[in-house]
Parts: sequence; C-alpha cells; structure tokens
Amino acid sequence: MLNPHPGLPEFDYIKPASLVEASQFLAQHAGEARPLLGGTDTFVRMRDGFWKDKYLVDVKSLPGMNDLVYDPVNGLRIGAAVPMNRVIRQPEIARLYPLLVEAAQTVASYQLRSRATIIGNICNASPAGDTSGACMLYEGVLEVHGVDGLRDEPLAAFFKGPGRTALKAGDVVTALKLPVPPVGNVGHYVKLGRNKLSDLSIVGVSVLAYPDAALASGFHFRVALASVAPVPLEVGAVTEVLGSQMITADTLDAAAVAAMDACNPIDDVRGSARYRKYMVRNLVRRGLDRVWLKLGQQGQ
Amino acid sequence: MSLHQVSMKINGSLEQVNVPANMTLLTMLREVVGLTGTKNGCTAGECGACTVLLDGEPTNSCMILAVECEGREIVTVEGLGEEGRLSILQESIIEQGGVQCGFCTPGMLISAKALLDRNPNPNDEQIRAALVGNLCRCTGYVRIINAVHQAAAHIAEG
Repeated sequence: MLNPHPGLPEFDYIKPASLVEASQFLAQHAGEARPLLGGTDTFVRMRDGFWKDKYLVDVKSLPGMNDLVYDPVNGLRIGAAVPMNRVIRQPEIARLYPLLVEAAQTVASYQLRSRATIIGNICNASPAGDTSGACMLYEGVLEVHGVDGLRDEPLAAFFKGPGRTALKAGDVVTALKLPVPPVGNVGHYVKLGRNKLSDLSIVGVSVLAYPDAALASGFHFRVALASVAPVPLEVGAVTEVLGSQMITADTLDAAAVAAMDACNPIDDVRGSARYRKYMVRNLVRRGLDRVWLKLGQQGQ
Repeated sequence: MSLHQVSMKINGSLEQVNVPANMTLLTMLREVVGLTGTKNGCTAGECGACTVLLDGEPTNSCMILAVECEGREIVTVEGLGEEGRLSILQESIIEQGGVQCGFCTPGMLISAKALLDRNPNPNDEQIRAALVGNLCRCTGYVRIINAVHQAAAHIAEG
C-alpha cells in the first residue's frame, strides 16, 4: 500500500564550521549534497523522491547568514538564512521595498514563512516563486561563496530554467543585496492561486513604479511575471509603452496586452496556457491600475 | 546515516535525545519524547496540524529536522495550560464549539496563541491571515475565529 506519510529518506546532516568548509564539501560531493536553508521545499522534494541527496549541508549558522541590515549607501542586505517573517516584520523594509514585503506575505502560511527564506525561494528557481519578481525588479544581486571565494550573481541573469540557475557545485548563496530603492517607489503583487490564500500561483504579477523625470510620461513602470514562462520574466515592453507617452486608460490597456504577448505559459495542473495568457492581461491591468492609484496618492 | 545528540527545552524542561539526521521535530516529539498532542496531517507544511512554537514563533514541526533544534525552545499544545488548568484560549475554543474531531485543534491553538502574543486585539482579517496555514475540515472556521476573539477579550479583562 502507498504510505500516505512517508518519512524523509536517509541522509547525513552536515554542519560546516566555515563557508570555505561548506563550499569544499559541496564541491567534493557534487550531485549528492545541497545546502539547507529553511527546508520547506527541500524536505517536500526529498520526501516525494525527486531529490536524492546523501548530504544536507546546514549553512544557516555561518557568518553573515542571519544579517538583515539596511544602509543608505549600499542598500539592503538579507542574509540567506533570514526567514521571510523577519523581513516582513521590519517597518523600514516595508517602507523602502514595499513590493518585496507584499509579495513575501503571499507565500504559503505564517508558520511556513517562519522557516522559508527569500534566498531559498530564489535558489529553487521555481517559475512560480512569489518573491523572485520583486527581487529582480529591485535589481537584486546574490552574494555567492564558491570554491574560488565570494562573487556576485545579478538576478537579471541568474535564472536559467525551471529549477536551474547560475549556481555551480560548491556554491553557497550567502546573501541577497538590494541596492537603494528608487525614490517614491510603489508596488503591487497580484497573485492568482486556486484559493485566495496560501496556494502556489497560477499567475503572479509584480508591478513596481516610481517617478522618473527622464521619461516622457514622468513614470518608470516595471513588471515581472511568475508562472507563465520557464523563468521569472520581466516584460520590458511595459516599461516602454508606459514610459514613452502620457499615461491614460488606453496606454495602460496597451501595456497589459504587451505583457500578455510577451509571456509563454504552459498547461499544467493549476491552469491552461490559454487561461494564463488572458489572466496575465487582466491581472497586469489590475496591478497597473492599483500602482497608478498609489502614485497619485503619493503625489498629493 | 549520521546520528546526533541534541538538547532542547520542551514545554519548559530540558530534554536530551539521540536522533537520526532525517528525523523531523514532529516525529521526535511524537515518537521519542511521547508528546502526541502535536499531530501529523500532511508532512508537507500545508495543513498546520503539527504547528509548534519554536523560540516563540509558530513553525510546522514537519518542516524542521530535530537536529536543527539544538539549543532551541519548543512549546507544544501540552505546554499551553498551567498547573493542570487549561489556558484562556483553550477554554474559549471549547466554549465556542471550535472543536469537532479535534485533529486540527493543537496546531490551531498554537497559531492562535502566537497571534495573540504578537497582537492582543486582532480583527477578523488578522485572525484569518494568522490561521491560513491551519486547515480544519469540520468546523467551517467561524467558531474557531469566534474563540480567538473571545480569548482576546478575556485576556484583556485579565
């Protein structure tokens, strides 16, 4: 009989004393070891038999992994082990990076977010990742410790496909760095799930906007989509459409259609490709409306 | 598979246990320590029946290894009452009829306690958001939400 509650398969739990030791161990055991952060994806994938690692390398206590600091020159640094709830709870982060906090709040449930991390969400490279879009739009850069030491990996080039990233054997992401955010930025994350709360997204729309005197419209809009392409997808056409002309109901419509045309969804258990395309148009329109309203309120 | 000796505080008393690497906190609580109030619903972090307080934060105990809990402080449903008496929250959920089969109740109580600890006077929306990770197939949730309101009011009265 199928066991409805299979336990976790056997593995060794490794707690390295330094980043160098962690990277060396992971490189020596390439393909059979992975770093452990919150485990909320890892344990499910292992229990279901998709991941068969022999070693889980708990990197959460290593130096810098629990940092959560903002400074007005370098911006925000979120240590890889910082759970989502810690990020959500900081009023300063909610004020400076509202889109990130709003998106993080839609991930699963409170008790899952006690463990789940933003960096884990990014590293698993699920096209449905709720926080990946916000981190991309805030121009996030991952700090990665590999066998050759520290390096930076900008998120713009990080995602290679579902579950595939620029990370190599031996790499441990130590932090996500978000530069100082654009002045006056507002955001909205529109998540369509099978239920109102806590599900994976069928479509996720991240919208970020801020005043920008260099553009004809006076506003810079950026949109990223989840669950409608192999990787989190930024739609440059939206920025173009809404930057180059005065913003009206017609240009907002045109931007939503541009987003629909840019995405390339698949059929899966959560929704058909056709449905997702139409939902992208409608939800981008809704997200743009909301953000446009917020920009107006800010101007008053 | 690696074996580990870990010590942690559970409901106020220090416990030292030997666990294999792949044992979750949930399995350790139920099968090693014998605290079966914490329930195993889905082992996937979705149902919330296994929720415990880990250093004061509600956490799915199926989503954390026992070995990761070295030096941490855990509170299970068995630790909510004091001196043989139920807590105000537990009394409220009984009075409001927020329990039917009872399987979700331990996790529900832990999430609700954590909510009241961080927000002593939550509104409906805040209660729903805090309990979104605790599934109940019997009550329809209304009575559970009423129980949290009642507990908040009673706690405020002292």
